[in-house]
Amino acid sequence: MQLTNRSEIVVNKKMTFMERLYLPAILSGLMITVKHLFKKRATIKYPEETRPVAAVYRGWHVLKRDEQGRENCTACGLCAVACPAEAITMTAAERKKGEEHLYREEKYAEVYEINMLRCIFCGLCEEACPKEAIFLTDRMVPSNYDRGGFIFGKDKLVEGTSPDTRIDISKRTNAHRKP
Amino acid sequence: MEFIIVKFVLVVIVFLVSLGVAAYSTYAERKIAAFLQDRVGPDRAGPFGLLQPIADGVKMFMKEEIIPTNADKGLFILGPSIMMMTATMTGVVIPWGNSLFINGTEYPVQITDVNIGILYIFGVVSIGVYGIMIGGWASNNKYSLMGAIRASSQMISYELAMGMSIIALVMTTGTLSIREIVEQQQGFHWNVFAQPLGFLLFIVCAFAECNRTPFDLPECETELVGGYHTEYSSMKLGFYLFAEYINMFISAAIISSLYFGGYNFPFIDQLGLSHNMLTLLGTLIFFGKIFFFIFFFMWIRWTIPRFRYDQLMHLGWRIMIPLAIFNIFLTAGIVLWKNGQLF
Repeated sequence: MQLTNRSEIVVNKKMTFMERLYLPAILSGLMITVKHLFKKRATIKYPEETRPVAAVYRGWHVLKRDEQGRENCTACGLCAVACPAEAITMTAAERKKGEEHLYREEKYAEVYEINMLRCIFCGLCEEACPKEAIFLTDRMVPSNYDRGGFIFGKDKLVEGTSPDTRIDISKRTNAHRKP
Repeated sequence: MEFIIVKFVLVVIVFLVSLGVAAYSTYAERKIAAFLQDRVGPDRAGPFGLLQPIADGVKMFMKEEIIPTNADKGLFILGPSIMMMTATMTGVVIPWGNSLFINGTEYPVQITDVNIGILYIFGVVSIGVYGIMIGGWASNNKYSLMGAIRASSQMISYELAMGMSIIALVMTTGTLSIREIVEQQQGFHWNVFAQPLGFLLFIVCAFAECNRTPFDLPECETELVGGYHTEYSSMKLGFYLFAEYINMFISAAIISSLYFGGYNFPFIDQLGLSHNMLTLLGTLIFFGKIFFFIFFFMWIRWTIPRFRYDQLMHLGWRIMIPLAIFNIFLTAGIVLWKNGQLF
């Protein structure tokens, strides 16, 4: 059985004089390589240009706030349970009086950490979340010099309150909702 | 006194130019390699990565320098020094341009016009083999020594064919002075048309002498760890690599002056420019030819894969040398026939 149609039968034929000179072969090789001087570069210069990603690309997570700027997350722990890589850890705390503008429900995550080295970006946390608090975005996780730098706490996960620091996840939510 | 000052200035200029060209050859090498492989290459240091050679130089100097405990210290330092010295020494006999008239005195744009220029180059280049051999020996490392032996036997083998391909050239030109050879190629009478086979042999041997792909057997990361410079670090390794690029520059200059008319170019007399202008233009064109050949060296590098060692020796001894001898006989026959001494 043939796997491809590219196989060639090996023959032990004597090379002709022109073939033994090698010069025509070398010249044609040189022509092939020099053609590549004028070809389009395959490289994407990363920090300046980014590769276009699909609408449902799963990158750096975001913890969403609601319309009034309160954190959606109630530290129920379902995302951590759903996480197959066990990348998510959290500590829950109770909302005090006067903090109603910060957290939507009575319980909130005091510490919420995702280990980006463990995370496999499967999106199960997002599916498990009953409060629409965690989403994956099209942002890429930046590189770092030490492993500790990859444990992302709330400072890196929770989106800002002002409109220009909020993170758009509309493409994802629309993709999730079946018509 | 004035003579000495002029020559000193020329020496310094040629030295700096060869260092500069060698430094930027490393950059060009990486850039051309990238372009031939549809990549971008160095582009972070400065515009288009033009400061990359400086960054590399700083890195080389800053790196830790290790001399192995059991190495022969004196020889260990001597190896790269010889390489660097011989590489920079060959530039003195190359005519970089015609001559300049300054205040009515004629100054040839060449450090010294010895009448055995080619022999001088061959002599100095063959000292370069000592640099490799001493480097491999002094490392006190079997693999380095094997790499050095490979490198030196390769260089010696190819020097034979190279010398013989030059003999045919000397027979047609009748001189060993490079300036005279260049002057005989006035206009478009380039030697490459008279000696195509000799040129082919010479350029192949030049590749082997410069240890460039496909003859870069001295470096053999797969079989011998790294070749003759395995134990070298920091700027000593830098000198070895740098000397390779200077050698490439010098051999490009020799190829273009022996076979491609040096500073001559077609229609040189029809331009109607002054002598000094023509000299400057000629020098520029000479450098254009040199840069083309440096590009050609790199172009070959990214086209042809490395030889196996027995193939290399087979090519050197059983193909190149007989062909060179055949070329000598052919040239001799043609020269005699032209003089009417044959038949």
